Amino acid sequence: MISRMILRRLVVSLGILLVVSLLVFFATLLLPGDPAQAILGQQATEDRLAALREQMNLNDPWWQRYLAWLGGIFTGNLGISAATGGSVAALLSERISASLVLLAVAGVIAIPVGIIVGTYSALRRDRGFDRAATGVSLVLASLPEFVIGVVLIALLSTTVFKLLPSVTMAPPGEAVWNYPLQLVLPTLTLVLVVIPYIIRMMRATMLEVLDSGYVEMARLKGVPERQVITRHAIPHALGPVAQVVAIQLAWMAGGVVVIEFLFRYPGIGQALVDAVTNRDVQVVQAISIIIAAAYVVVNLLADVVGMVTNPKLRTESAA
Amino acid sequence: MSAAAEVLERPAKLEKKPNLLMRTLRQKQAKIGLALTLLVLAIALFGPLALPWLTGSTSTEFTGRPFTSTGLFGTDNLGRDVFSRFLDGGLKLLVYSALATGIGMLLGVVLGMVAAYSGRRLDGLLMRGNDVLLALPQLVFAMLAITVLGPQGWVLVLVIGVTHAPRVARVTRSAAAAVITEDYIRASEMYAVPRWKILLTEVLPNITGPLMVELGLRMTYSIGFVAALSFLGMGMQPPNADWGLMINENRIALVVQPWGVILPVLAIAVLTVGTNLLTDSLARASANINVGN
Repeated sequence: MISRMILRRLVVSLGILLVVSLLVFFATLLLPGDPAQAILGQQATEDRLAALREQMNLNDPWWQRYLAWLGGIFTGNLGISAATGGSVAALLSERISASLVLLAVAGVIAIPVGIIVGTYSALRRDRGFDRAATGVSLVLASLPEFVIGVVLIALLSTTVFKLLPSVTMAPPGEAVWNYPLQLVLPTLTLVLVVIPYIIRMMRATMLEVLDSGYVEMARLKGVPERQVITRHAIPHALGPVAQVVAIQLAWMAGGVVVIEFLFRYPGIGQALVDAVTNRDVQVVQAISIIIAAAYVVVNLLADVVGMVTNPKLRTESAA
Repeated sequence: MSAAAEVLERPAKLEKKPNLLMRTLRQKQAKIGLALTLLVLAIALFGPLALPWLTGSTSTEFTGRPFTSTGLFGTDNLGRDVFSRFLDGGLKLLVYSALATGIGMLLGVVLGMVAAYSGRRLDGLLMRGNDVLLALPQLVFAMLAITVLGPQGWVLVLVIGVTHAPRVARVTRSAAAAVITEDYIRASEMYAVPRWKILLTEVLPNITGPLMVELGLRMTYSIGFVAALSFLGMGMQPPNADWGLMINENRIALVVQPWGVILPVLAIAVLTVGTNLLTDSLARASANINVGN
């Protein structure tokens, strides 16, 4: 039962990605002008233009180009960047790992902290801690990510205290994680952007769970309160929270663009901003499809967590 | 209390009862939110009118050397008066955000109600289409559109509105789905009221609570997106004065001349916190209505 549901969900996800790829590809077909001209510049000779068009398969009909592009995604051949003339895959490979490091560190901090703060908030309902946590997360949730980033820079790096570097400046070719101090501010910004949603969802779900019959039952039969919370309440609250965490993680992929630009962090977000500014279509296409894929995968994982932790589905599979 | 007085009082009470806005504004949090929102709204609306005579310069006029402290809040990266640019920089942000929110709500509410009220096949099709649009983060979608169409105002408004629509549609659909099983809908159907009329006169008035909350949320997000895109250099173009753009232009001099960044950051922060406080209070008020009645 569960495996069949997961399989169906997987097929739906692949379908969504396929349609997204069509959307991304056709959006850029609307672009006026000749990509070969854009790469070679105005002074290019007719021969070289023709040669590059041949090399980029621009003379083929659109569906052949789409299929070639789609195939290229799977083989790691993402085309040629119009701005640098180099291969898109080479441009992006380092940046993807840099972005993943940022997202992973932020996620590793934000998810447990959010769950703990949300749980504690629910346990101390309407007391001082709960009010403070709710208020702070409401304010944080309303601020755009670059506002949080700029405020952190002003507070911790420039105007008030000068503790941390405000830009990432790893020499080219060196990995960003060799400079952990430079990672602090981007990570902190990302954590502050994501955590309010996790706290709010965890708090709301925990409140609901704590009012439920099985928690009351556990308390009545004399299970110690600590165990009631860790064994009975928290596992039931995790399913819905996994969905929110997934949406947040996926959303981080969008918000990370602004944060990377703000801190000059050498990830795919910064690459996307550069590519849009230079109208570097191949790179924009590649990054869009990568981000969409990340979103779909994360969502799929969240749904699987939801299905596996849902006891109703478990009993159905036994029946 | 005499019976007559009670009778006299009753109609007045009935009139007051389910007013969502009044229930919202009774909360302290909503009052703070409204005050913050109105403050920034006033700056954005009346700032441009006050311009030449209040600060002595327009928002694009050069008044001195870059990043000095002449004038009330100093000069910006090109030597323009920061305060003038600040006063002039909010109107477009607000107009664009409001338009984007309006487009998103209109499209989303129509799609969501149609999906909830139509047969399973159309519903499934609409929601699958939604899933596709939801797979790209709104900002990335906007950047894709800007690559193709260029950084123009209508592109910004349209793409943010269109990407709001599937998110609004989801909320509308689930709210409408709860209403559609009610008896009064079935009664209207028996009287052969046209479907569009049922949606407009029976369903829509009964889902205003969640929709108002969604409106507030979308407005907060729209402000964030428009400001973020301007900050990335893809929204408002120089020499226009705009809060997002100002932050980008002046952030290199945060140590020497912080006002060029602090003023617009404060304005955006106060505005979004204000709208979100209002939204949160609206959500509480509308939840109470549903529970209470």
